[in-house]
Amino acid sequence: MDIVDILIGAARASVGVQAAAFALAAIGLNVHYGYTGLLNFGHVGFMLLGAYGTAVTVHHGGSLWLGILVGILAAVAFGIILGLPTLRLRYDYLAIVTIAAAEILRLGARSPSAEPLTRGVFGIQQFADSFYDLNPLARGRYGWGDFAFSHRVLWVMLVGWGLVALATALVWLLTRSPWGRVLRAVREDEDAARSLGKNAFWFKLQSLVVGGVIGSLAGTLLAVDTQSVNPDTYQAVITFFAYTVLILGGPATRLGPVAGAIVFWFLLQFTALFLTEAIAVGWISESLLSRQEVSAVRFALVGLGLMLLVIFRPQGIFGRRQEMLVDA
Amino acid sequence: MPDTTPVSAPAAEARPGSVKPDPILVVDSVRRTFGGLTAVDVEHLEVQRGIITGLIGPNGAGKTTFFNLITGFDSGGSGRFTFDGTDASGLPAHRIARLGMVRTFQLTKALRKMTVLDNMKLAATGQRGERFLDALAAWRWRSQEAEVEDRARGLLDRFRLGHMADEYAGTLSGGQRKLLEMARALMVEPQLLLLDEPMAGVNPALVESLLEHVVELPKTGTSVLFIEHDMDVVMSVSDWVVCMAEGCVISEGPPDAVRSDEAVIDAYLGTRHGQTRAQAEAGGQSTEAEEPA
Repeated sequence: MDIVDILIGAARASVGVQAAAFALAAIGLNVHYGYTGLLNFGHVGFMLLGAYGTAVTVHHGGSLWLGILVGILAAVAFGIILGLPTLRLRYDYLAIVTIAAAEILRLGARSPSAEPLTRGVFGIQQFADSFYDLNPLARGRYGWGDFAFSHRVLWVMLVGWGLVALATALVWLLTRSPWGRVLRAVREDEDAARSLGKNAFWFKLQSLVVGGVIGSLAGTLLAVDTQSVNPDTYQAVITFFAYTVLILGGPATRLGPVAGAIVFWFLLQFTALFLTEAIAVGWISESLLSRQEVSAVRFALVGLGLMLLVIFRPQGIFGRRQEMLVDA
Repeated sequence: MPDTTPVSAPAAEARPGSVKPDPILVVDSVRRTFGGLTAVDVEHLEVQRGIITGLIGPNGAGKTTFFNLITGFDSGGSGRFTFDGTDASGLPAHRIARLGMVRTFQLTKALRKMTVLDNMKLAATGQRGERFLDALAAWRWRSQEAEVEDRARGLLDRFRLGHMADEYAGTLSGGQRKLLEMARALMVEPQLLLLDEPMAGVNPALVESLLEHVVELPKTGTSVLFIEHDMDVVMSVSDWVVCMAEGCVISEGPPDAVRSDEAVIDAYLGTRHGQTRAQAEAGGQSTEAEEPA
């Protein structure tokens, strides 16, 4: 067993495109849940729209850039459609409606009747070539030793983390402003905000749309990275990964989603590699845990880690403990 | 005790629904029912500008429901009301607040995970930085933000909360939260401030200083309508008192007049108080026959 290999493998995952995409998704969710207190349990729906908006547009002859725009506009529309009927009601209605709406989108994209548009269960592949054509990096591998990436992967990583930086900056600009102050007031007590002349509904709708658009970019990034969209990728569990990342980093903090994503993917990959190695060298007997079960067990272990985190550091990595204490 | 001299002496008739010299709030047939229960049924009520009006009544009289109706927090009622000449019936809560009628809550709503200063700054109206695109351009709202902060700190000092400005509002004591809520409401620069039991749960020492603030309000151009159960407070601070019972306004007038009004005493103590047994029996109202021997 080589612990260095395992650490390098985990480190690669923690800076990979998946981590960047989940950082982006969690930044969007942070606007919803962290700053506004909106319980959006259908974040994966926004991601699906970003991914499919791009793939479907290119598949039907549009350019990739038009596709990304379509993804963003679809997310705006989805946010408005979800928000208009639910945001005047109590917060739990939004939770119910979003989780159902995300499933509707997934099943809709999957259905045979949608095949002319989405190709149903077959999904759409190879739609992001024009993105890779723009790659300014020369062919080859970049990095040190085993911690190296091909020019193709590095290009997506650079763009992905660039998007993360942009989204972080956007959210920072928004939340330090009076606009962000109203969001936090709505989160703390909507009636208080209304009694002071703030249109809570309008701010919640804006929050839902802004966070949703950021979430849709996460979906686009994942789709471009794999050059493939398939409805079954967009299960509800993706939403809960995004929540995990957010709570790990600390809701309503600026760098929390980014740190959360890095740590989450590091732990996930570390556990998987470690367990696989441990089985290979015989520390864990095959009869107790087979290699096929590793990917399931790692989630259980990461879940255990999260429980410990919530018990011992409920504010997350970047959260302020004092803020948790005034909640009582 | 605080200075109780009225800013402008009330010159209205002391009877329910009387006409006031300069009404800021006029309520007409405002009614709210919950199933078969009529919680509020106010035929006509005028609240005079520039004075402190106390709203009293036994528990369940409909005082808070009445507040909810005229501030847009309960949109299930019927009837009309005008604020400062503008028809405000049916408007959503935030629009009514922007018209200049701002309320506080019986259970304080301090925004706990925000600092005291942020609580205050939030309440300023017409902030450019609350518009989405302007929020991104700090230079468009920075100067206004500085003005808002100056005003907020000034009010906090007036309410003796200046030293708490940078603390989370959740760390304030119950009484300090009441002070903060009142100061925050003043950030909206209301013409009429509706206070729902501002003294409830506040220790007696702080009640005095809260009262001083309330008494000051009309002098700075804010009229006050407040719900209160403590009769000493109501009688000492109010220029005019309105009494509700079972949803209706049963009496109004200067504090002394309302205090001695037979209808008010009846509402609080029941209709048969003070009657001797002989009187009750003579009136044929005796319930003794129904009572077990």
